Amino acid sequence: MPESAISIKGLRKSYGDNEAVRGIDLEVDAGEVFAFLGPNGAGKTTTVEILEGYRKRDGGEVTVLGEDPERPDRALRERVGVVLQSCRLDRYLTARESLELYAGYYESPRSVDEVIELVGLGDKADQRTGKLSGGQQRRLDVGLALVGDPELLFLDEPTTGFDPSARRQAWDVIAGLRDLGKTVFLTTHYMDEAQRLADRVAIISHGQIVARGTPEDLGDRDSQPSVITYRGADGEVTLTTPDPVATLHELTGRALADGTPLEGLEVKRPSLEDVYLELTEQGEPVAVEAGGEEEPA
Amino acid sequence: MLVLHQFRYDQKAFWRNPASVFFTVMFPVVLLLIFGAVFNNQTVEAGGGVQTTTYYVPAIITLSVISATMQSLAMSLVIAREDGRLKRGRSTPMPAWVFIAGRIGNSIVVSLIMLALIAAIGRIVFSVPFPWGNLPWLLVTLAIGAAAFCCLGIALTAAIPSQDAAAPIVNALLLPLYFLSGIFIPDDELPSGVIGFANHFPVRDFFQAFFDVYVPGGSGSPDWGDLAVVAIWGVAGLLLAIRFFRWTPRGD
Repeated sequence: MPESAISIKGLRKSYGDNEAVRGIDLEVDAGEVFAFLGPNGAGKTTTVEILEGYRKRDGGEVTVLGEDPERPDRALRERVGVVLQSCRLDRYLTARESLELYAGYYESPRSVDEVIELVGLGDKADQRTGKLSGGQQRRLDVGLALVGDPELLFLDEPTTGFDPSARRQAWDVIAGLRDLGKTVFLTTHYMDEAQRLADRVAIISHGQIVARGTPEDLGDRDSQPSVITYRGADGEVTLTTPDPVATLHELTGRALADGTPLEGLEVKRPSLEDVYLELTEQGEPVAVEAGGEEEPA
Repeated sequence: MLVLHQFRYDQKAFWRNPASVFFTVMFPVVLLLIFGAVFNNQTVEAGGGVQTTTYYVPAIITLSVISATMQSLAMSLVIAREDGRLKRGRSTPMPAWVFIAGRIGNSIVVSLIMLALIAAIGRIVFSVPFPWGNLPWLLVTLAIGAAAFCCLGIALTAAIPSQDAAAPIVNALLLPLYFLSGIFIPDDELPSGVIGFANHFPVRDFFQAFFDVYVPGGSGSPDWGDLAVVAIWGVAGLLLAIRFFRWTPRGD
């Protein structure tokens, strides 16, 4: 039974009249990669900055590695690594010097050379950070969070604004953190990032958790209706059905009997992207029409 | 030890930054050489009548110390704050004061280097003697001035909203005071009303105190009234800094 790295119960936070976080509950297990997914302004950064000790909560109970993050002591700081949503590093220090500087803040840091390899900056280690690309600076930033050898890392939108190859490199680094046995709390607004990296996902929208689970079963994707499309005699036909096997059986049986082909036949389950957009745009799951009504296009 | 660690990297970053090297180190040297060349062989009434070059050496050291402390701290702390580096540093086990202490250490070391550099140029190029006999008072005066202007620089960051605003705001405060306080223009050329006005501000008082310990004809020990004004400004700066200093970028 893994212990909780992070435990949140009934967390609330408002800025004036704006309720940024409206009573959320979350448990993050030690050793897992947890993705906190949501659109901009949904309450992700507010939540993660409460966990990091930067903001005070208005209500609820929160523990990080068993301690209240609102008054973080030095011991907790030793065990937690933080990558902020935006931070520019000292442009006049090299990547290696930046890591050495941060290593000096911790009691038992990892070796700087090892961290340079972990974040894939082997050939850039002696370049000034001002000369690194955005993606390289971000990986160095992850390295700074890692150099104290923390148990838990917070990564706030680690790949926002990256080109595809920089994102892939950042993903490799984050996947490497799991192999080191770190607990990772990741915020993102990219569906594919959560799908690729996370053991578990929670989706936040308008300050509330609207779905949670593994990337595979998120939003009851398995039990949601499938969509069947084909071109019939009268044009494009779309069927929405909770039981695609039965519907297909009936459909193909009829087609064989009548000798009419089902051109361009496709069966689609809602993608994670569809679930995400539905959940976050509407604020709550939308009832998808069940049944086998025909809707000629 | 952590302070020393932080200080080492602050020193590296300082000397690699062309803007800080130019404004804090080169600019005072160039000013001294220009003033010395232009006004050579003239005299100033201050201190019972001295060569203009003798006047400018302590004046430019005063400017250098203020530049290395108030100006350099205000700019570098605002840049670090708006970059998010101050905020990021707070997530580490390093106590917050260590970061500030490292920067203050940097300012004090640069101040001492500038004292040596300007004094050496004054001695070698303009034959202005260095007051070896007065070294203890000189260092006391320098320490009080450097401490006060460090506090003022840290306090000033609270009034600077962005990186782009840092240099204009700092210069808008300091450049007029350098003119009014007799740093750029010898004070016997300034109307007494101007000097009376400048006396309320620490640039003038620090310059006066430093002049008194540097120039042979001066009284030898600093005027305690001058140093008291500098110290009061410093304490006010400290209190404002404690109250208003921000670790997070604008809009955070």
